[in-house]
Amino acid sequence: MKFRHFLSVRNLLRRPVRTAALVLLSVFMSFSVFAGSVITASLRNGLESYSARLGADVVVVPYAATTKGTLESVLLQGIPGNFYMEAPLYEKIRRIEGVEVAAPQFYLASATASCCSVAVQLIGFDPDLDFSIQPWIRRSYEKELAEGDIIIGNRISMPTDRILSFYGVDCRVVAQLDETGTGLDTAIYANMDTIAAMIRGAQERNFHYFDDIDPANAVSCVMIKVKDGYDPELVAGNINIHVRKVSASKAGSMISGIAGGLKNVSAVIGLLTAVIWILAVVILAVAFAMISHERRREFAILRTIGATAGMVSGVILGEAAIQSLIGAVCGIALACLAIFPFHTAISSALGLPYLMPRISAVLLYAGLAILFTVAAAAGISAFSAHRVSRQDAGILLREDN
Amino acid sequence: MELRAEGAARFFLRKMKSSNIIYAVQKTDLTLEPGQLAVISGRSGSGKSTLLNMMCGLLKPSEGTVWADGLDLYSLGDGALSRLRNEKFGIIPQGGSGLGSLTILENVMAPALMYGKGKEIRKRAGNLLERFGIAHLSEAFPKELSGGELRRMAIARALILQPEVLFADEPTGDLDDENTALVLSVLRDAADKGAAVMLVTHEGSAAAYGDVLYAMHDGVLSGN
Repeated sequence: MKFRHFLSVRNLLRRPVRTAALVLLSVFMSFSVFAGSVITASLRNGLESYSARLGADVVVVPYAATTKGTLESVLLQGIPGNFYMEAPLYEKIRRIEGVEVAAPQFYLASATASCCSVAVQLIGFDPDLDFSIQPWIRRSYEKELAEGDIIIGNRISMPTDRILSFYGVDCRVVAQLDETGTGLDTAIYANMDTIAAMIRGAQERNFHYFDDIDPANAVSCVMIKVKDGYDPELVAGNINIHVRKVSASKAGSMISGIAGGLKNVSAVIGLLTAVIWILAVVILAVAFAMISHERRREFAILRTIGATAGMVSGVILGEAAIQSLIGAVCGIALACLAIFPFHTAISSALGLPYLMPRISAVLLYAGLAILFTVAAAAGISAFSAHRVSRQDAGILLREDN
Repeated sequence: MELRAEGAARFFLRKMKSSNIIYAVQKTDLTLEPGQLAVISGRSGSGKSTLLNMMCGLLKPSEGTVWADGLDLYSLGDGALSRLRNEKFGIIPQGGSGLGSLTILENVMAPALMYGKGKEIRKRAGNLLERFGIAHLSEAFPKELSGGELRRMAIARALILQPEVLFADEPTGDLDDENTALVLSVLRDAADKGAAVMLVTHEGSAAAYGDVLYAMHDGVLSGN
């Protein structure tokens, strides 16, 4: 080990309080930039996943579902919900000009009673018409879903082939979906026949909520793909004009609301990170200036025994680099402990789609956080190092006597 | 090595009523010859330390030149001048000069370690510490030592690479009579072994050890 590196390490070890204080500043810096980056990236991923998962140009729900924000609760937060419109309305929607495909979906909340294995959102779809769920299912399950087959969302921990019971209907888990970062990760998917069997089971068990529901004559929402050349906004407007008791929205407007939320959260994270960095940089600059001033005699002594100005700078920069590197790594470790085990809680608290980035992206953010933190500390200390190394050692010794 | 100051002067800028320039050292000619111990005495603030710092390459003169074996000391780049200080000069600065994070042994070895000359230096450092009576403190840190012990450590460090020129700035300040005599005899011994020695001191008894005596008053050096 070179003498200057040895000296840097020794200086840090022999002044543990000073070292700890400077390491702590670097912890704040790397924590904020890493945690901020991962959370923002997770929100961005979540939005992309949500957008891809929605897959439709226009979404139509019963009017009551929009006033309560029920569909968004189901899609974003996974809060189980039941809302229905009559099948004739679906037929009207299907015939509106510009509609290429209208795929009905049926939402059914399972009960917390003994008849149901878990309380989740059950989503039924028509395999012949569906274009939004099946492409996504195909990633993990190639076969057609038979009656009694279910596919579970990513956050439901069940092995395949496990039998789950819903309103007395035994269903077999055939696959698990990739994570979406949305409420759909806590949902279970089945075809319309399975859902109809469940509703009949619920009615037999006197769940009065389903008394008036005829599964053959009701849908929860309709996902619409518009024909080429048609504006989804105009198609949604036509549906709202011509079909009563429903609300049609351009899917983009649902996404833009979330995008607005994401923008706000990202702005707050960016602001907090900036405040932490500005404070840390100011404190570091003052600390390095004070420490360098306090240690000017030590640096002059080094010059008397033959150290070049570069060596003295090297000692200062080495100390800054080591302590900021330690701080940056600790900050990232702390951020990992705060973010990864609690990502579900963070997602729920934000109420936005939240999908963790891939490990390669996380490593990239960690590398950049370390780089920025070390570069900031080195840059600030370089200023002090330059000042100290520029001064005549003779003057420093003279000033100190 | 012979060191020679030729018209070397150093002034500092200060805001004063009469003049903005204060001469710490007026134009000075001084030669340090091998085997000779030059003693420079004078009151505090008379310019002794400034002259010493100019002679050892730590403070560039405002005017004049310092020659080291015919080479202009301050024409050297920082790397070469630092290397020269490391290899040829031994400097005992005024006051405490311990590097606080190094042990006493490491402090003494530091000039050798700085340019990777660590081999066999540990033994020499141990001998020097033994000679100055602080071998038992070799693993201690500077803040654990008294002023006198620190001064002895500084002298041991200055001698570790057997310098050709030895600069001592008030090396006996704060020392008792016994330690003062020890330090002065060590400097005398270095001169006897061929080093050029420049001793800046208040110590009256130092004159008895010197070959050439100078007095400094208000930045003016008067000879022998």
